[in-house]
Amino acid sequence: MQHDEVIWQVIRHRHCSFMAKIETGIFCRNPYNVTGICNRSSCPLANSRYATIRDHDGVFYLYMKTIERAHMPNKLWERVKMPRNYAKALEIIDKHMMYWPKLLVHKTKQRLTKMTQMRIRMRKLALKTREKIMTVPTKQKKREARREEKAEKAALLEKSIEKELLERLKKGVYGDIYNYPVDKYNEILDKEEVGKATISEDEEEEEPVIEYVEGYEELEEEDDMEDFGGLAIREDYDNDNLNDDDDGDDDDDDEEENASVAYKRGRKSSARKLAKEEPAAKSNKKIKVQVEVEHEDAVERQRAVY
Amino acid sequence: MKDLLPSAIKNKEKRSEVHAKLKHQKKLEKKKKAKVREAAEKQALELGEEPPARPIPRTIENTRELDETVCKPDDEELFAGNDADEFSCILKEERTPKVLITTSRFHSSRGPAFIDELISVIPNAHYHKRGTYDLKKIVEYANNKDFTSIIVVHTNRREPDALLVIGLPSGPTAHFKLSKLVLRKDIKNHGNPTNHQPELVFNNFTTRLGHRIGRLIQSLFPQDPNFRGRRVVTFHNQRDFIFFRHHRYIFETKESKEPQSKGKGKKEEAKTQEKVITRLQECGPRFTLKLISLQHGTFDTKGGEYEWTHKPEMDTSRRRFFL
Repeated sequence: MQHDEVIWQVIRHRHCSFMAKIETGIFCRNPYNVTGICNRSSCPLANSRYATIRDHDGVFYLYMKTIERAHMPNKLWERVKMPRNYAKALEIIDKHMMYWPKLLVHKTKQRLTKMTQMRIRMRKLALKTREKIMTVPTKQKKREARREEKAEKAALLEKSIEKELLERLKKGVYGDIYNYPVDKYNEILDKEEVGKATISEDEEEEEPVIEYVEGYEELEEEDDMEDFGGLAIREDYDNDNLNDDDDGDDDDDDEEENASVAYKRGRKSSARKLAKEEPAAKSNKKIKVQVEVEHEDAVERQRAVY
Repeated sequence: MKDLLPSAIKNKEKRSEVHAKLKHQKKLEKKKKAKVREAAEKQALELGEEPPARPIPRTIENTRELDETVCKPDDEELFAGNDADEFSCILKEERTPKVLITTSRFHSSRGPAFIDELISVIPNAHYHKRGTYDLKKIVEYANNKDFTSIIVVHTNRREPDALLVIGLPSGPTAHFKLSKLVLRKDIKNHGNPTNHQPELVFNNFTTRLGHRIGRLIQSLFPQDPNFRGRRVVTFHNQRDFIFFRHHRYIFETKESKEPQSKGKGKKEEAKTQEKVITRLQECGPRFTLKLISLQHGTFDTKGGEYEWTHKPEMDTSRRRFFL
């Protein structure tokens, strides 16, 4: 015999495993529940005549339970497949639940509506690409960070960049920009190498990829060379020489000055220092490595100061 | 005797005593050896100018596991492969690189600043806002507008943390993890970069994979540097981490006095020698990249063919590197 009232009293006041109480309300976890709330009228266990809509792989089914089959739990729920069309599905509900209490019919229809909307939305979303969040275990993250620090220390970046640039200068990739007498430089290098201890380098197989145009061959260059030829012999930074030199330099320097002015400001002090040292050394040395651009600027500045 | 191994002694005090004694002994031995070595060197210097060779310290780079894919300088196959790969037309200057920079859907905090700096570093780079376009659609759009590569900066927790470099038209897609980003304003004494085309320096890209990645990055930049601009952009690979630096450089002559007299040919004791050195001024951001995956076609996570992916099991050996 089915006593709904008794069942309800027992499970509500004692214990129901489907009941989930959270701060916003009491919910029922039973998969056959129409509304999902734990209610006297919504409990599938405490109502001998009950109906729901359930979804299998995107197909909706109407499940109904009647009191005649209450003693056969195996065959308790009767299942009807719903058509894809929303309006037709509503008609089917009406047809099957014609003489059922209005509340239940209403709730079933509401559930159908909600589920249809959800189905539409899920299909739309599945078409869009969504970003998937992938987590990296913290252990790995830490390990990577540690290895990165050590690699950075081992890399000696500035030294290797400087070395690479010097090699390119030696090889002559820059052409004649720096007015660089290669053989004298090699001479000095050879003398140095005798005394220096050879430190083993990081990687023996270094592959600097060089794909540049060697030298800087344009018409401009030739004009410059003449001017620079004059500069190369310029010895000291007396005021007497200042005027002669600057006139020749200004025109070809305009392009560079704009570029290098900002840079040079930082170098002012170093340029000045060099300027002091060089006069003393110049008298002895024939070997000059001229870096014209910087000197011009320094000269200009000095003029301004004076 | 239970002194086979200090770890076999069960008593903690005794065990730590024995261990400490062992360590002390080792230290003394090491000091003795160092003294002997120094004495030998000093002697040799005073007498016959032949100091015994110093032993080479062992580094991770020295003891790196042997990798068969390391490129050899005279590899015909490598050059043929280079000619036939996707970057060859850019690297041979048939096309000038044009780069499209965009972001992931959420973009905040340091992202925009980083993008600005990227634009100043890479010549001919354009920034477009992301909107909600699919990445595949973006690739199509870029192909129509004749871009040569796309860079997508991905932000996570308000920090840019991944870089996706896609070569076009059908080029490979490289996914890098970005870390240790330092913006230009946070660098002390930073310089301001100009618009001259930079020189490129690529260090230590030894294996085939590394070489390919190096060429991919190289194809972002134009191949005709302006040496007068004295701007250098460096990608340095060390233990699979690619360090990016951007400097302005200048060559200077430095005079150094040599206190010791070396060589029998020299008569003067103190000689002033001129050395050419490079001075660098850092400008532009600095960051490190680590390759996560390299995919053969353009971006397609589901159907794509991956040339290389990082798997956690690759981290097991400390001496094995892939780039």
